[in-house]
Amino acid sequence: MSAVLKPKNKVLVCDGNEAAAWGVVLSRPDMVAGYPITPQSSLVEYLAQFIADGVLDAEMVEAEGEHSVLSVLQGAALAGGRTYTASCGQGLAFMFEPYFRTPNLRLPIVMSIVTRDGISPQCVWGGQQDAMTVREVGWIQMFCETVQEVLDTTVMAYKIAENHSVMLPVNVNHDGNYLSNGIVRIELPDQDEVDQYLGDKDVNWHVALDPQRPMAVDPLTGGSAGTGPALFTRYRQGQCEGMQNSLGVIVEAHKEWAQRFGRSFAPLIEEYRLEDADYAIITIGSMAGAGKDVVDAARNRGERVGLIKIKTMRPFPIDAMAAALNKVRAVGVVDRSVCFGWNSGPVFQETLAAMYYARERIPCLSMIGGLAGADLTEVHFERAVRETAKLLAGPCPRQPIWLNAQD
Amino acid sequence: MYEVRLHGRGGQGAVLAASILAKALVAEGKHVIAIPQFGFERRGAPVAAYLRVHDQPMRAMTNIYHPNCVLCIDSSLPKVVDIFSGMTEGGMLVQSTKRSLGELKIPASVATVALCDAVAITLEIFGRPITNTTMLGAFARATGMVSLDALSQALNESNFRDAGLKQNQLALQRGYELTQVHTIERREAA
Repeated sequence: MSAVLKPKNKVLVCDGNEAAAWGVVLSRPDMVAGYPITPQSSLVEYLAQFIADGVLDAEMVEAEGEHSVLSVLQGAALAGGRTYTASCGQGLAFMFEPYFRTPNLRLPIVMSIVTRDGISPQCVWGGQQDAMTVREVGWIQMFCETVQEVLDTTVMAYKIAENHSVMLPVNVNHDGNYLSNGIVRIELPDQDEVDQYLGDKDVNWHVALDPQRPMAVDPLTGGSAGTGPALFTRYRQGQCEGMQNSLGVIVEAHKEWAQRFGRSFAPLIEEYRLEDADYAIITIGSMAGAGKDVVDAARNRGERVGLIKIKTMRPFPIDAMAAALNKVRAVGVVDRSVCFGWNSGPVFQETLAAMYYARERIPCLSMIGGLAGADLTEVHFERAVRETAKLLAGPCPRQPIWLNAQD
Repeated sequence: MYEVRLHGRGGQGAVLAASILAKALVAEGKHVIAIPQFGFERRGAPVAAYLRVHDQPMRAMTNIYHPNCVLCIDSSLPKVVDIFSGMTEGGMLVQSTKRSLGELKIPASVATVALCDAVAITLEIFGRPITNTTMLGAFARATGMVSLDALSQALNESNFRDAGLKQNQLALQRGYELTQVHTIERREAA
């Protein structure tokens, strides 16, 4: 390990892609594989550089495409290695076949999605459609708000993924453009502290390809005339249980991080100025900063508004969301992607579903913005607050509001 | 709070300039959010970077629409991009150009104009018009917001190789020295 990591809490001025790369360095993976794609490219370039310079002691596989990237990592993970990659957009689409298999094999691979909108029309700019499209594939998904949170969550992701009650892959998502390129001052945690936080590497005790301990991995299952559905059903049931177990593990990982490094992030759902709020806006990802500024300004005018931010999207923190919804009488959800089946955003849909477990059904409005690199500024959030306040007295529109339609 | 919008073209190092400037400002104790915006990596395509400086921490990861300062590191860009869009009253323009003040179209919102012939400086130093570090020198001279020392230190911490680092340090210095700062006198409105 290079001397550059020695000073305690070294200060860096860097963007979210570099921050993610430092999070990977600190996590000491055995293998990194990657294929560049905008806006993720600089992240894997940093890692290739770190490995070439000896800052990170890992195998670097520059594969010919994303399908191979994740297939290579599956092999490494099955052999007991800690692994990392990053992708987004069309790259993630091309990766889908091994992406789908990874959680089914219970491989604790960590992968950043530097979220961006999908083609067509041609667009390489930020948006969360890529990550949202794969939200039902079985990966744990966390969305970061800040550059510091990107670094810290990348390390935490290994602790969550490798927990024996979880054993699932984790996506650490950060917004293309605004976090991938956004440069701020952050702190680099001390390597020894991170080593203690993560503990001994214990990656694939359950499926390691070990000649001394032969076992069937990925067996042939299913079919009424074949081996029967029982084993397959138990696989799926186990995955769902692992997902549910991860909720507590995610909370613990964040709690321990705060104790050790002094930085605390809401692990599942953040409640911002919600205690005496009449209504709230719901956000996800880097847009929350501007949203909080607008909530503060509205509070200064005497409006009782708060903000709910999703960090963990999968598994969806149903109870935490229901508890937050219990505190307000109306909500407006700002999504950075669309849910085609519901003429809304996906976080809107999740909010409606979680509301079933809340005390009552309250008005809920879908707003969609930040597609294709569009900015979600104070101006957009002022409108979001205004439109949500209207729900307290008036009808609740069934159509989404498209926040950047005139930008 | 002070907001800077940096305009350039792909390949001139606008993104790196934003990063170097952010590093220098942080070293001087400021809070900074710098967001370079680019899509496909295309040489020559217009790019912008947004840099917000404050003595308080900031949260909004957003672009800049009402800059106090426009730093334009390409001399031909004002012909194709409205670099003055949304500029605040009494703002500052720091422009790479060989022209004199009288030859430029400057909107009424601009009170200070800093001009630097960065192409001539960089052709002499690098043999190529890579104007980013020269224009950082011009920015330091014009705004006084950041010291030349802090920028020089930030260059040391960026990934320049030996010869390149020396050249860029010289470019920074020359940009600082050879920038003309003009205060525009305007008649009061009747």
